[in-house]
Amino acid sequence: MKVPKIRKAKTEKVAPPPPVDGAQVVSGTEFLLSMVETHWYSRNGDARKMEVRLKAEQELARIEEQIEHLQAVPGQSEETRRQIEQLHERVDALRRQIHASYGAWEKTELARHPQRPYTLDYVERIFTDWSEIHGDRGFADDPAIVTGMARFHGDEVVVIGQQKARDAKQRVYRNFGMPHPEGYRKALRVMHFAEKFGRPIFTFVDTDGAHPGLGAEERGQGEAIAVNLREMARLKVPIIATVIGVGGSGGALAIAVADRVLMMENAVYSVISPEGCASIMWRDATKKALAAEAMKITATDLSELGCIDGVVPEPEGGAHADHEAAAALLDQTLQTHFQQLRKTPIPELLASRYNKFRNMAQFYRVEA
Amino acid sequence: MAWFKRQSGELDTSGERKVRTEGLWVKCDSCRQIIWKKDLEDNLNVCPKCDKHFRIDARSRLTQLLDEGQYDTFDANLVSTDPLKFVDLKAYSSRLKQASKDTGLTDAVINAQGKLNGRPVVMSAMEYAFIGGSMGAVVGEVITRAIEKSAGTKQPLIIISASGGARMMEGVISLMQLAKISAALARLDELKIPYISVLTDPTTGGVTASFAMLGDLNIAEPGALIGFAGPRVIEQTIRQKLPQGFQRSEFLLEHGMLDAVVHRRELKPYISRALDFMVQAA
Ligand SMILES: [Zn+2]
Repeated sequence: MKVPKIRKAKTEKVAPPPPVDGAQVVSGTEFLLSMVETHWYSRNGDARKMEVRLKAEQELARIEEQIEHLQAVPGQSEETRRQIEQLHERVDALRRQIHASYGAWEKTELARHPQRPYTLDYVERIFTDWSEIHGDRGFADDPAIVTGMARFHGDEVVVIGQQKARDAKQRVYRNFGMPHPEGYRKALRVMHFAEKFGRPIFTFVDTDGAHPGLGAEERGQGEAIAVNLREMARLKVPIIATVIGVGGSGGALAIAVADRVLMMENAVYSVISPEGCASIMWRDATKKALAAEAMKITATDLSELGCIDGVVPEPEGGAHADHEAAAALLDQTLQTHFQQLRKTPIPELLASRYNKFRNMAQFYRVEA
Repeated sequence: MAWFKRQSGELDTSGERKVRTEGLWVKCDSCRQIIWKKDLEDNLNVCPKCDKHFRIDARSRLTQLLDEGQYDTFDANLVSTDPLKFVDLKAYSSRLKQASKDTGLTDAVINAQGKLNGRPVVMSAMEYAFIGGSMGAVVGEVITRAIEKSAGTKQPLIIISASGGARMMEGVISLMQLAKISAALARLDELKIPYISVLTDPTTGGVTASFAMLGDLNIAEPGALIGFAGPRVIEQTIRQKLPQGFQRSEFLLEHGMLDAVVHRRELKPYISRALDFMVQAA
């Protein structure tokens, strides 16, 4: 595959920023650094973790075989049924153990995997009757964000998501999934369109961050994101946001203020890329694995910190290994939440959306 | 609760790196002229020769803008719990302690109530000297409480930003503060209570991408660096030098992203005039 010119230039030119006093501050998206070429499969998890995982995987295979065997027996006794139940519990425990053994950096690589399903891959598999809506009616159409009408199991909905691409030309066209202000303004315009006609909104988050560039700053990247945050907090329709890959800082949050915020099992969500954090805090971009771990960016981490409402399981090996299975699992989870939300009266919905964010991330103590 | 009373001649310039103090004289790093320190202070820390606006601390802000320099602080005792137990080359907990020692604050913002030309207001002033004015759980909560105080008392809200953005050592916790504050501002907006955002040097990152750009009026001091992405990151992206004045207040004004650029001397009269317009007669 021919390497696109822009991308190559970036990888050559990215240098860790010079150490500055008080530099422990994220200056918007330092996300360019996350564009640094990475080797998808380079593993830097420690050996002990790998061993634990290997053992768990072996036991899992054994138990699954056992369950199959037991289930094949016709006319199960109460005893057998109890046994199968116990084995299922063990399977769940092992799965959790395996899942937990993936380090934050491995997750980051999975989240950025080029074969991972993107927004339109899910749209194609989960929704029907997709009709794209273009443009912010002010400046341009931003291909880094797609918006449109669709049907979700027959219900009219709006879908909004950042869009990455695999092929060199397309990647440039989609700006590597990094939106400009007009992308966020298009998203908001379409959200208001959904609100006007009482249609629920699904958003799919997959961006390294909002684009850092001249034009983006001239046209108010900060303002565009800020307005989305405020408006989404009071939009009078149900909103379900799913981080399907990379949730990169404010550029991700700008479409993720929702009644339900879900994360795919191997997605990451952070205030800055591990590379960016490493080069600022450690003054060494190669400390990215350390930074990834320290920042707590995995779905499990965010769930424990109370910043998301649920984790969507992925097929064995990850979503990139099986798009159909990944979409089916996501569809199932989305349906559950959709059914709950559509039954909730709007005032109640808005109150609980507000309270959720109001009470989120409360980590302070009051000094006497 | 504490009352502060200061005279304008006693402005604190500690933590200001750009003013080189050589006894009673300072050299302006913009026009290179030697200025008598007393003259600079009497001029609200704006260079009397070239109008360069030097950074000032949060307390000086409140003193300059509120009547007789008097104000009543609230929520001044919130301390970060270091939720991620973050350690890079240095432990976040020790950075917090140091910043606290240097500034006498528990985090990078002061909430205050006072009067602005006789009108009671809620004012939140950010402290850049506290870890770059970065926003973590405490700043997020304190600002949200200022918004709620404004909503509860129906007093206009003024937030003075000076921040490098989100606080990396609190990871995604700091990111979520953007959503929290913006949601609170949506409620204030519904109540039609005035909110004026004052952007000062520097206001970047997550603060620009949330409350700093959500005022009924967004105004800035001259020459302030204001942007979402840092200039360094943009330079690396476009691989060329940024144009002169890029991301400065005047640049934003020219591109329609600010309502006004206001000299420090004019800040109080401007806000007062705007509040006359926005506050409905009872
Ligand atoms: Zn000067």
